[in-house]
Amino acid sequence: MSGRPAEGTVGLELASRVIEAAVAAGAGAAEAYAGETTTREVRVYGGEVESLTAAAQRGVGVRAWIGSRVGYGFGTDVSPEGLGDIAARAVDAARVADEDEFAGPPERAGEVPELVGLSDPSIGEWPTARIVELALAVESSALQADPRVVGVEQAVYFDSSDRIAITSSAGLVGEFEASSCYAYLQALAEDEGGRETGLGFDLARGPAALDAAAIGREGAERATQMIGASKPGSRSCPAVLDPTVAASFVGIIGGAVGADAVQRGRSPLAGRLGEEVASEAFVLHDDGLVPEGIASSPIDGEGVPRRHTALIEAGQLQTYLYDTYTARRAGASSTGNADRRGYRTQPSVSASNLVVAPGSADFEDLLRQARDGVYITDVSGLHSGVNPVSGVFSVGASGRLIRDGELAEPVREFTIASDLVSMLRAVRAAGAASRWVPFGGSVSTPCLLIGEMAVSGA
Amino acid sequence: MSTDLIDPGVAASVVARALSSGGEFAEVFAERRGGLTMTIDESRVESVQSGAEEGAGVRVIGDGTTYFAHVDGLDPTDLERAASEAAGALRGARAEPRALQPSAASPQPIARRPEDVPAERKAALLRELDDRGRGEGGEVVQLRASYAEARREVTVANSEGLLSGDDRTRVRIGAQAVARRGERAETGAETLGGHRGFELFDDDPGLIAAGAARQALTLLDAGPAPTGSMPVVVGGGFGGVLFHEMTGHGLEADHVQKGASVYAGRLGETVAQPLLSAYDDGRLPGEWGSDAIDDEGTPTQKTLLIESGRLTSYLYDRLRAERDGVPSTGNGRRESFRHLPIPRMTNTYIAPGEDTPEAMIGEVERGFYAVSFAGGQVDPATGDFVFGVSEGYLIEGGRVTRPCRGATLIGNCRDALAAIDAVGNDFWMKTGICGKGGQHVPVGTGQGHVRIGAMTVGGTEL
Repeated sequence: MSGRPAEGTVGLELASRVIEAAVAAGAGAAEAYAGETTTREVRVYGGEVESLTAAAQRGVGVRAWIGSRVGYGFGTDVSPEGLGDIAARAVDAARVADEDEFAGPPERAGEVPELVGLSDPSIGEWPTARIVELALAVESSALQADPRVVGVEQAVYFDSSDRIAITSSAGLVGEFEASSCYAYLQALAEDEGGRETGLGFDLARGPAALDAAAIGREGAERATQMIGASKPGSRSCPAVLDPTVAASFVGIIGGAVGADAVQRGRSPLAGRLGEEVASEAFVLHDDGLVPEGIASSPIDGEGVPRRHTALIEAGQLQTYLYDTYTARRAGASSTGNADRRGYRTQPSVSASNLVVAPGSADFEDLLRQARDGVYITDVSGLHSGVNPVSGVFSVGASGRLIRDGELAEPVREFTIASDLVSMLRAVRAAGAASRWVPFGGSVSTPCLLIGEMAVSGA
Repeated sequence: MSTDLIDPGVAASVVARALSSGGEFAEVFAERRGGLTMTIDESRVESVQSGAEEGAGVRVIGDGTTYFAHVDGLDPTDLERAASEAAGALRGARAEPRALQPSAASPQPIARRPEDVPAERKAALLRELDDRGRGEGGEVVQLRASYAEARREVTVANSEGLLSGDDRTRVRIGAQAVARRGERAETGAETLGGHRGFELFDDDPGLIAAGAARQALTLLDAGPAPTGSMPVVVGGGFGGVLFHEMTGHGLEADHVQKGASVYAGRLGETVAQPLLSAYDDGRLPGEWGSDAIDDEGTPTQKTLLIESGRLTSYLYDRLRAERDGVPSTGNGRRESFRHLPIPRMTNTYIAPGEDTPEAMIGEVERGFYAVSFAGGQVDPATGDFVFGVSEGYLIEGGRVTRPCRGATLIGNCRDALAAIDAVGNDFWMKTGICGKGGQHVPVGTGQGHVRIGAMTVGGTEL
């Protein structure tokens, strides 16, 4: 299966035609987003291919403005008649919406940066047989890594190639291509001490950059190191967050700096611009241009150029992230952070790639500085355990104890609790080695040492 | 019945093409989906969105491997392209497809089609929710409510001669409130949904906004949650999400067959006390998780999962049922034509028991009352789970004394299920959206009040 459909069926020309249709249907202004995606997925289990998927998707989404009302329509039918229906849906939707003085199409804003490295040719060059081999290698490396690995629940490879075109009646035009892929597995480890699972993953622009053996080893290590875990005692102590855990929290902070949440009073960081919200050890940027970041693109989801924005520096909150609507509402400029998850969704404010600046401490240093505490390798229940308005959280966690500055026995079934700002202020050090993590968006972060965290266990 | 998305002749031809290079089984799943969503926030109706998509997924199974391709569009050329794509990697013996036999499935009845209700009426419904939520008190500083309607027409045809279809309409409203007092900000949320038409909102839809607001207001008075092991009384309705997560997922046959479930190999064993029986029922009239057929064309059914404490059945799709030599339980579901069917729950619930909620709480010296959850997560392989409590109270001396915030329930499902020592005689269902393997499907959860003898509550009180 090649999974490569004919190219060029969706693009700027098609997007322009929808805009004409929307204006003809009564819109004062319109914007069209045309997306075309081809994907492949391989799932392997027990040394065999469980499933192989090849798919092509294309569709169009339209925002239509009638005065200060806005509506959205989308669909997969790109025939002339289908495009007319999509445009009519958007116009009908706008008629139902209430007036909003800040609603309106984005205007041309600055030069569109030239970004290289968003597409990796290895996706097109690797035939199905080769990505199957990669997925099988991910699975077998976990099984070979440790005799206690008794199985792999699933090993998965996925890749995607996207072509996106955006155009608006206000004169914004943009087009780009990007590719991405990832592989992961869930390893099962077991001995008389019990059974544990461990996730291993890697992501890149193309399969040539994935390290199958490392993915398998990571899953094996995460599973085996947890065998025999017990509940820790309840106390308040230092905590070292591994990059996957740090990324999950950073993703929530990324949501809290979104101007939409701020303006609607749903962010713990509302009204705190310029205030001290973190320790100086925690430096956070939003970077929509770094090629390794999966969220990078020359333009955002409404055609505005992407950029690099400092969010937290010197412990202070520097800015919020804006799209066109929230920028107008705040009297600011868009930071190029209109996110779009495809033609089915209208743009909304979101972080692009969140990058936590690495520090100077290596992992052993962080453990020594923590001295007695917990090393947290996994958190669960984040979407239910964090109050997005107040930032108060209590989430499930597992990991290892840190005793006398070294990793000790595994612990699980405990919760960690704090609030986001208190946690950021308690960051004592950032590790030296960063990693890209696809949890909580696209995040690059090292390990973080938190000076004090409430741990509830036995 | 809705088998008219694709012409039976085209369906037969697509199935035959899918099997042309080999394989034991082939299927085409065609779908037309459309919907309307809108939101009210800051008392302004916004984010009005309407879409329509159609497409098909074709799968071929040969030598234990599933080959799957999906395309947008339902033209015969689109379907043939998907069939060729799916068949492309196969080499081997091929089965002869059987002639298609249309089978009659009766879709859930819809009294008032949402498409026929003017959009203005839906906007008015949202304004009503806004008024009701804000009317609960001046400390309610925000109210956000959403309306969603969706219709999915599906047709399934396969090489064993099955030709069936379904026409599914769902509506759902939700409300989220934020209450503020000084620096304190608390949230509350409620939903109402069903496999129903606009008639679902005939009674008093504003109640859900009032409920969300009251929950947020209650939490303003909440103190820290207790920490440690204690008896936990779980509320009815959405409290059933606890059973859904901690047991339901472990009964899905894909996890079971990979040994990645704590319930693997335990059919017939005692997993709970005799007072507990539980079902998955995809046929409950009007319920959020109901359908006439699953997404492989198997009629939905009522499956007894736990009978008086004894594990009686797993949840199957076709593929996993064949492996175990049993019939599918009608649980092969998929998010859309862009996804492969996998075993999923429909409406899952603990059957009503004998106890009253008052008696259940009255017997607890010191414990926790979890009325509602923000959500939860479980690892089916280990059975470890965690739940965020959105509305919880302390129980002292057999009485509910004060609200608590920020509580989390954490434990292992085998222990927690076995520790259920009371099941309430009150019972209701709530709606949920369940995610698994990147696919989201509507599910119903239900129960009366349930008491777990001992469970770890992770709070903020050290």
